[in-house]
Amino acid sequence: MSEETLTPVALVIDDEVQIRRLLRINLEANGYQVFEAANGQLGLAEAAHRRPDVVILDLGLPDMDGVSVLKKLREWTGVPVIVLSVRDREADKIAALDNGADDYLTKPFGTGELLARLRVAQRHAQPTADVAVYKSGRLEVDLTSRSVKVNGITVKMTATEYALLQLFVRHAGKVLTHRQILKEVWGPNYAEQTHYLRVYMAHLREKVEENPSEPEMFITESGVGYRLAVK
Amino acid sequence: MNDDIRADPDSLLEAIQRQERTGKLGQLKIFLGMAAGVGKTYAMLEAARKQQAAGVDVVIGYVETHGRKETDALLQGLPVIPRQQKEHRGLTLSEMDVEAVLARKPKLALVDELAHTNAPGSRHPKRFQDILELLDAGIDVYTTLNVQHVESRAHTVAEITGSIVHETVPDRVLDLAEIELIDISPDDLMRRLDEGKVYLPDRAEVAMVNFFREGNLTALREMALRLAAERVGQDVRDYLQVMQIQEPWKTGHRLLVAVSASPLSAQMVRWTRRLADSLDGHWLAVHVESAKALSEADQARLTKNLALARELGGEVITTADEDLVRGVLRIARQHNVTQIVVGKPAGGGLGQFLRGGRFLHRLVEESGDIDINIVRAGKSDTPQPKPILHFPRPTGAKQYLLSLGVVAGVTLLNVFLNPYIRYRAIGLDYLLTIVVLALFVERGPVLASATLSALLWNFFFLPPPYTFRINSFEDAMMFVTFFVVAIVMGELIARFRTQEKAERRREERTTALYLLTRELADALTLDQVVKVVVKHIGKMFNAEVAVVLKGPNGRLPRQPMSGSTLAMTEKEHSVATWVFDHNRAAGQFTDNLPLSEALYLPLATPAGNLGVIGVKLSQKNAPNLEQNNLLEAFVRQAGLVIDRQRLHEAAQQSHLAAESERLSKSLLDSISHEMRTPIAAIASAASALSERGTVASASRTEAMLDEIKEAVARLNRLVGNILDITRVESGQMKPKLDWCDVGDLVHVTVKHLRKELAEHPVSIVLCPELPLVQMDFVLMEQALTNLLLNVAFHTPPGTAVQVSAKIQNDELAVTVADKGPGIPPEALERVFDKFYRAPGAAAGGTGLGLSIVKGFVEAQNGRVQVSNQPGGGAAFTLWLPLGEVPVILPEKI
Repeated sequence: MSEETLTPVALVIDDEVQIRRLLRINLEANGYQVFEAANGQLGLAEAAHRRPDVVILDLGLPDMDGVSVLKKLREWTGVPVIVLSVRDREADKIAALDNGADDYLTKPFGTGELLARLRVAQRHAQPTADVAVYKSGRLEVDLTSRSVKVNGITVKMTATEYALLQLFVRHAGKVLTHRQILKEVWGPNYAEQTHYLRVYMAHLREKVEENPSEPEMFITESGVGYRLAVK
Repeated sequence: MNDDIRADPDSLLEAIQRQERTGKLGQLKIFLGMAAGVGKTYAMLEAARKQQAAGVDVVIGYVETHGRKETDALLQGLPVIPRQQKEHRGLTLSEMDVEAVLARKPKLALVDELAHTNAPGSRHPKRFQDILELLDAGIDVYTTLNVQHVESRAHTVAEITGSIVHETVPDRVLDLAEIELIDISPDDLMRRLDEGKVYLPDRAEVAMVNFFREGNLTALREMALRLAAERVGQDVRDYLQVMQIQEPWKTGHRLLVAVSASPLSAQMVRWTRRLADSLDGHWLAVHVESAKALSEADQARLTKNLALARELGGEVITTADEDLVRGVLRIARQHNVTQIVVGKPAGGGLGQFLRGGRFLHRLVEESGDIDINIVRAGKSDTPQPKPILHFPRPTGAKQYLLSLGVVAGVTLLNVFLNPYIRYRAIGLDYLLTIVVLALFVERGPVLASATLSALLWNFFFLPPPYTFRINSFEDAMMFVTFFVVAIVMGELIARFRTQEKAERRREERTTALYLLTRELADALTLDQVVKVVVKHIGKMFNAEVAVVLKGPNGRLPRQPMSGSTLAMTEKEHSVATWVFDHNRAAGQFTDNLPLSEALYLPLATPAGNLGVIGVKLSQKNAPNLEQNNLLEAFVRQAGLVIDRQRLHEAAQQSHLAAESERLSKSLLDSISHEMRTPIAAIASAASALSERGTVASASRTEAMLDEIKEAVARLNRLVGNILDITRVESGQMKPKLDWCDVGDLVHVTVKHLRKELAEHPVSIVLCPELPLVQMDFVLMEQALTNLLLNVAFHTPPGTAVQVSAKIQNDELAVTVADKGPGIPPEALERVFDKFYRAPGAAAGGTGLGLSIVKGFVEAQNGRVQVSNQPGGGAAFTLWLPLGEVPVILPEKI
C-alpha cells in the first residue's frame, strides 16, 4: 500500500482502451486508485513513478513484449504482477509465471475472479513476519518443527513430500509451474521430469485432501502447474 | 527410356516363348487388390460365372468366402472339387486337392489366395506351385492376390505398415498372368471394415488394425495401381515384339540411321534428322559395336557422331554384334523402324566398293518390309587418314613377357626332346602351345608368340637346322599352316573376348537400370524419387550427384533438392542454369563450359525440361561411350519418373485446393451463423438494459445480464474452437507429452464444466491402479471438454453421463458415455468429420468440436472411437498408447 493513504494503487498496462476503461470502472468501484499506461515503456515509467501495490499487465503490447516488461520490472521491484492476456496457450502462461508473474488471467475474464486474484497477490506481497505456523482449512504446518497436521492429527511425510508441501505453503495461493516446483524440490536437473511431480502430488493429496480424487487444496492448473488454494 | 532394357535380344526371345507357351499352357488371371476386403474373391466369382454362362467348364478348386452372403450366393451352381483334409498337430487343415482338379481337367479352375502357404505334408509347400502345376496341365486358373504378398513389394509394405509379410509370391508368377486390378477407395474399404464385411484372420491382432489405417491403405493402393500399370506396359510391349516379326507396326514413321566412326556418319545423321522432320517421325541412331577395337581417333569421332545424333533429337542406341547387318536389323525390329538410312558407298577403291556393296545387298535382302533409303554421302569434311594395316592396341607388357617365357620354355623342352621325336612333332608341340596360350592372353601376344614359335621352329628344328631355309614343299606347307592356325586362333579368341566383354557390360547396364527402375517404382514421393536417383547414380559412377528441379517460377532454384550429395557453388549453378536453358549437357568432359567441376545433364522429358542433374565423377578421364550411355539412360529414366511424380503431386495439390475451398465455404457459412447469433443476443440485451423508458425490474435486468453472459461464453467457445481447428489443420501442433495422472485429468475437466453440466448428472468411474500416461494434458482436457459439451448440448437435461478410464491391451481408454438418444447409425462414421452435424442435432454448433477431438487425440498418437451403446446412448472413447512409466524408487519416511 502506498504510504500516505490506505487506498491500494493499481497500475494497468494494456493497449486496449476499452479494457483499460472497464478495469478502471471496476477497480475504482472496489476501492483502488487506478493509473493507466498504454504501452510497455510508459508502463515501466509509471511503475517507477507511482509505486503501485499491484500491476495488471497485458502481454501483447505495441512496443515491447509483456514478458520483457515483466523481466524489467522484476529487476527492481517485487510488486505483485497479474498478467491479463488473450493468449491462452499454456506455453505463454508458463513463460509469464516463470519470469516472475504472480498470477495469470485469460481474457475474457470475470471481474469477481480478477478481484479475488488481486487480493491473493497483494496478500503475498505483504512482508510476512516469518510465520512459524501456516494454517489453512484442515491443514496446519509448523515450519520450525517441520510437523504437519491434518484436522489436528499429525501426518508423517517423507523428506520430499515435506519439501514439496513447504514450497506450496510459502507460495500459498500462487500458481507454481511444473518447472519451478521440480527445480526447487528436486534440483535443476529434474526440471523436465514431470512424472516425479505427478507421483508426489498424488501422495500429498492422499495425505492432506479430504477426497484426494477431487482435490480442494492442491489445485491442478491444466498444463501449467499447481496452486495451493487459500481458505 | 527402357530401350536399353528392351534392346536385349533375350527379351524378344522370351516374349516369343511366352507367347508359344501360353498357347498350350493354361492362362493365369490374377485379381489383384491392395488389401483384404476389396472384393477380389467376389470379382473372381463374377468373372467365372460369366465364363460358365459362355459354356466354359468351370470348377472351384479352392474358394474361401468367409461366410459373406453376397459372395456365397455367387458360388451357387459352380461345381466344387472337395477339399483335402490334412491333420497337423491336432488341427484339421483343408487344402485344395490338386490331384482331384488335375483328374477332373476343367477348362478353368478357381483357386483363391495365390500367396497361401499349404499345410505341411502337402504336395507343394506353396499354393502358387499348385497353380503352376495346373497351368502346366493346360488348365486356366483364376486366383486372387493382395499387393503386399508380391515379393518385390513385400519389403516396402513392411516398411510402410510395420507388419512383416511372410507369405510372398515371386514376381515371375505375376509375369505369367493377366492382371485385373480390383480397386476401391481406402474410405470405402474402411467402411466395409467397420461394417464387419472384411474377414481378418485374427481380429484381435493389433498389427492388423494398424495395417488398415488410411495412410497405409493409400500407399498400398498406389502400389497396386503401379504394379498393374507396369504389367499392362509389359503386355503391350510383348505384343509389339511378337507381332512385329510378321509386320512392323505402322504407327507413324520411325527412322534408323547406322552410325559409325566414319566422318560421313555425321552427314547421314543430319540427313536422317531432316527426313524424320519432314515425315514427322521419330528417329534412332544406332551404333553396332564389333570386336574390332577402335583407334583413339575413331573412338573420339564416334562419340562425336553419337553426340550429334543425340543433340539433333535422335534416340541413340548402342548394341554389340559381330555382324553389322544383323545388329542393325535387330534394333530396327525391336523398335518398329519403318525406314533405314544408309550411305551410298563413295567410290574409292574396289575393296571398299565390294564391302559397302555387300552390306547394302544384305541389308536390302534381309530387311523384309522395312524401307531402305540409300543416301549419297558427299565428300567427308576432313580427309580421314586410313591406315593400311590395322594394328590392335598393345596389350599389357606382362602378357608379352608371359608368352615369351612360355615359348622359350617350350623351345628348351623341344631341344631335349629333339633326339627322340621328329621335327614335325615338335612343330605340333609349338602349335599346341599357341592354342593353349590363346586361352590366357590376348590377340597381340598370341600373334607374337605364333610368329616367334614359327621362326624358332624353322631355325632350330626344321632341316637344315640353324638356318631359315626350308627344303621340302611339305615343310613349307607345314610352316604356312602353322602361321594361319595361330593367326586364326588369335583372332577368334580376341573376338570372343570382346564380345564377352561387351555382353558383360550390357548385362551390368541392364541390371543397373533394372534396379533403378524397380526402386523408382516403389518411391512414393518426389523426395524419395530424388533420393533413389542420387543413390544409384552415385553408386554406379562413384560420383557426387545433385538434382535441381525447376521451381514454380520456371527458373532453376539455387539449392539442389534435399538428398543431393553434390553441393553447388554460384559458378556451378550458372552452368546448371545454362544447361537448363539450352537443354544441352554441359560442364566437365563436354564441349560447353568444360572447366566446371561437374557434368550437368538436362532432365529432358516430352513435357519439357524439368531440371538438371549434376554429376561430379571421381575419375579424372572423360567417361567412355558406355558410361555416357548408361548415365544418359539413368537421367532419362529419372526425368520420366520425376515428371510422373510431379504430375501426380500437382493433381493431388489441385484436389487439396478444391477440398480446402469447399471447407472454407462451409466454415464461412457455419461461422457467420454461429457468430451472429450471440452477437445479436448481446446487442438486444444491452439495448434493452439501456432503454430508460422501460420499467427495469431487478429480475428482468438479471435475465438480460444472464443472456449476455451466455452469449459471451458461446462466442468465446467458438473462437476457441476455431483456434483449435486451425492448430490441428496447420499441422503445426506439437503436443507436449508429459507423464500425467489420468484421474486428475478427468476430475479437473469435469470440475471446469460444472456450470455447463449442471443439468447432467456426471459419474466418474476410474479403474484402480491407473498408471501415469504420456499425454498433453491440455489437449486431452480440451478433447474431453468437447465430448462433455457435446453431451450437454445434444442430450435432454437430466441425461446421465459417465466418464470412465481403464487400461485395455496396452492402451488407455477414456470413455464418455451418455444415456441420451444416441447417434443415428448413418451418422456414426462421419461425426468426426469437420463441419459435419448429425441429422436432427440441436440447433447451434459448428460441427467442429468432434473433429478437434480427433485431431488432438491423433496428434498424441492416439485414436478416437464412437459407438451406440446396447442400452441406448452414445459412447465416445479416446485411446492413448501406454508407455513404460519410469520407475521412481519409494522413499522412507
